[in-house]
Amino acid sequence: MLTVLFDGIAYGMLLFVLSAGLAVTLGVMNFVNLAHGAFAMAGGYVAVLLINRLGVPFFAALPLVFVATAAIGGVLERTLYVRVYAKSHLEQVLFTIGLVFMAVAAVDYTVGSGQVFLELPEMLKGQFHVLGAGIGKYRLAIIVLCGLITVALQYALARTRFGSRLRAAVDNPTVARGLGINVGRVFAVTFAVGSGLAGLGGALGAEIVGLDPVFPLKYMIYFLIVVTVGGTSSMTAPFAAAILLGLGDVAGKYYVPQLGAFVIYTMMIAVLIWRPQGLFARGATR
Amino acid sequence: MSTPLTAEIAHHLAARARWRPAEIAFWLIALASVIALPGWHLLLTQVAILGLFALSLDLILGFAGIISLGHAAFFGFGAYVAGILAARGLVAEPMLALVISGVAAALLGWATSFLVLRGSDLTRLMVTLGLALVLYEIANRLVWLTGGADGLSGFAMAPVLGWFDFDIAGHVGYAYSLAVTFVLFLLARRLIFSPFGLSLRSLKENALRAAAIGIPPRRRLVAIYAVAAGYAGVAGALLAQTTQFASLATLDFERSADVLLALIIGGAGYLYGGLIGAVAFKLMQEWISGVTPQYWGFWLGLVLVLIVLVGRAPLQYVRAFLPRSHLASAALRSGRG
Amino acid sequence: MRSRAFAIGLAGLALSAAAMSTVRAEEVVKIGLILPMTGQQATTGKQIAAAARLYMQLNGAVVAGKRIELIIKDDATVPDTTRRLAQELIVNDKVSFLAGFGITPSALAVAPLATQAKVPEIVMAAGTSIITEKSPFVVRTSFTLAQSSVIMADWAAKTGLKKAVTIVSDYGPGYDAEAAFKERFVRAGGQVVASLRVPLQAPDFAPFLQRAHDAAPDTIFVFVPSGQGAALIRQFVERGLDKAGIRLVSTGDVMDDDQLNGMGDAILGSISAHMYSAAHPSAVNKAFVAAFEQANHFRPNFMAVGGYDGMHLIYEALKKTKGSTDGAALIAAMKGMTWESPRGPISIDPDTRDIVQNIYVRKVERVNGELYNIEFETFPAVKDPVKAARM
Repeated sequence: MLTVLFDGIAYGMLLFVLSAGLAVTLGVMNFVNLAHGAFAMAGGYVAVLLINRLGVPFFAALPLVFVATAAIGGVLERTLYVRVYAKSHLEQVLFTIGLVFMAVAAVDYTVGSGQVFLELPEMLKGQFHVLGAGIGKYRLAIIVLCGLITVALQYALARTRFGSRLRAAVDNPTVARGLGINVGRVFAVTFAVGSGLAGLGGALGAEIVGLDPVFPLKYMIYFLIVVTVGGTSSMTAPFAAAILLGLGDVAGKYYVPQLGAFVIYTMMIAVLIWRPQGLFARGATR
Repeated sequence: MSTPLTAEIAHHLAARARWRPAEIAFWLIALASVIALPGWHLLLTQVAILGLFALSLDLILGFAGIISLGHAAFFGFGAYVAGILAARGLVAEPMLALVISGVAAALLGWATSFLVLRGSDLTRLMVTLGLALVLYEIANRLVWLTGGADGLSGFAMAPVLGWFDFDIAGHVGYAYSLAVTFVLFLLARRLIFSPFGLSLRSLKENALRAAAIGIPPRRRLVAIYAVAAGYAGVAGALLAQTTQFASLATLDFERSADVLLALIIGGAGYLYGGLIGAVAFKLMQEWISGVTPQYWGFWLGLVLVLIVLVGRAPLQYVRAFLPRSHLASAALRSGRG
Repeated sequence: MRSRAFAIGLAGLALSAAAMSTVRAEEVVKIGLILPMTGQQATTGKQIAAAARLYMQLNGAVVAGKRIELIIKDDATVPDTTRRLAQELIVNDKVSFLAGFGITPSALAVAPLATQAKVPEIVMAAGTSIITEKSPFVVRTSFTLAQSSVIMADWAAKTGLKKAVTIVSDYGPGYDAEAAFKERFVRAGGQVVASLRVPLQAPDFAPFLQRAHDAAPDTIFVFVPSGQGAALIRQFVERGLDKAGIRLVSTGDVMDDDQLNGMGDAILGSISAHMYSAAHPSAVNKAFVAAFEQANHFRPNFMAVGGYDGMHLIYEALKKTKGSTDGAALIAAMKGMTWESPRGPISIDPDTRDIVQNIYVRKVERVNGELYNIEFETFPAVKDPVKAARM
């Protein structure tokens, strides 16, 4: 029971880190970025390159993965995405799905179609045994790391100047510009950070959910579920939603395995019927 | 009661509903393909089916503003109903089975319409997606009914109207699909240019105002959603009948995503977008995957990206299909939204 | 005088033209190879396409006076696309063989076409037992899930394992594997305490492995499609299930040669039962693996060998019919054919048109710095048990 709880929380936190960037781009920039999963995949493959091929130690590689994916995100944002901001949501969907197709095929061409795995450091392999339950070391590390990231995100949003500029730009971009805030730059940095987070999530998640070229297509649904159920008006809402979904999914599969896949979908439908704006949304979202 | 006002409105609507030369040309070319391009009929059948499916999505997306990522639920439902009717020998005549599948899908649409009435775009997106995923899992489980992951196969179709047997070269299949698509298109066209269609348009522009002048938003949305579901079900049934096969792939996320892509490429909101988009998307995909069977996704993705970056403004073809008037520019704006 | 010479010259010209045209009209036999080159099963398509091309490269493109043309199409793992491509290949390209078929519904969708057009359908990948029954023109060169599953059950029972939990993917082939293993294991005196089914899309094995662990078995039998096995094994080890004394046995799909090296040392010692290992110690296989790796830079797996043997079957059938492309004659030629494949000796069962082959029980070991499935026990000439039980 404890193990199931633990596994669920680990899975939920991983989902959160993966989806945080999407919540940000959707909520903050009102941009439907269905290529979000591609950034996660990119992060995963960068991690494989660094850890497996170049022998960089696991914990040292993680910040590098973040920086690399953030850089890719930043470059793409300034060159491609910025041209699509003004277009309709549908065209954004078309554009980002096009990007996903390109990313999937490009990875297939360069790395091959099979699943790849990270070589974990010895200290993260195996389990502890606490109170009769097995606590996976890797999953524990994920909980710790993702927890730190969440705290850092919340701090950045609430306490730093950048955070207040971001919140201003979200509330009213025109007035924010009038106050001298470079809204374009704020959005660019936010997008880059969101992509970097996705990349980090992809690297951390490679062990749990697997990493292959079709990853963006497979997991896009889960990111969208987290963002929709949580609502896009804050950072805590998607976090709570992710934990809830992670727990629900794992517990559902454990206790009622015949219904395995249904649980997460029906949970989502039920929540959305009851609270169409998301679980914790304050008012109407865009 | 025919007052001068209603007469004027009727005249105005009739004027808008006149057939444009571009429309006539489109359907003449389609008809010609039945005779002139026999080697292409198998591919063109898939184009017609995707076109009808995209048309059904246009009804809710372009005209009612409901974004759906799970429209394949109705497509697959129609496919399975038609497949089961044929496999179990319940209804032999394909046209009758087609109608039954369409009605069944429409009923499913009506029953699930409450899911899309509330919430933002994103909510609707996810709820419709969730419904399709749940239906997929159900179909996967009910092996005794749907064949599960193996699918329904090996059933034979009776000749259409008792006369035209489905041949291996796909000629009858194509003529059948094209005829069904055309008839349903005519019905949709009639619907859109009627007062009902006008009320939908006003609902999409501003639901609050429309409700204030007496148009019931819920009833209209439920109605169009059910009709669209029925159309999608007919498209799915066509697929099952022309290929004598129904599989879980008719319900999955890729199917919903493909039809959405096809509609966006063609442009939503003017009825021809789904058809044109289906032609463009399918033919492009076929051509590119013939050149590079493994990496066609890259080139197709590139085309999609370029379409958005370059924009459709250079391609004025959309105007050719629209009623001449200030409504044309309004429709163009709504078509891109 | 001149007109006669002229007439003779003209006749001679006509005759030589006719002779030249009969010489140049070398007939072409086309093979339609429909594979999942993109999508979830892309590795299957890649392996089979590479193997088919290798076979043609090593054996030439001319058989019984006919030139062989291979047409490769991608069905993106969507069965109705497979069906349309097969139809187009038959009607437009006039192929004499349809081959490939990465998943069961694709093979099933095309079976009625094979019957109608009298074109042999060579199944090189799909593994559900019923496929060969759907048309008298279907021949299989891959394997059936049941073959590997019953042998795994036999071996497990023989080794003294008594309590089993089965974990399979929640779809057709998974049910086949589960049923086959259960039936054989129970018959041998064992007990299956739980049968768990994992969702096919985006599976997370953690809760299922946890549940399996809680049932306290001495062995867990696993089947998931090739591509998902690695994640499952890694989680198995991560949760310490191997240290809890639970033996993991699986069908060979899980221990895919293509993926072994990427799975890490966690899988050392894992037992599986399957019909092909890249480490099979025969001269034929060593040559095959060497040629394959040189051409493609990745290792051949059981899918590749299915494709390779499928091409061999086509070539030999054509030789037997002396180049005739009559479907019924080709099928008759294929029935009962036996040969030495890179996997070992195989034959096509004349009653069922399914493959009869050795099933090996293997263990993962490190050889020359790479991970391989090392065969240590052979069960010879295994027929598909599902059909055999009915006969």
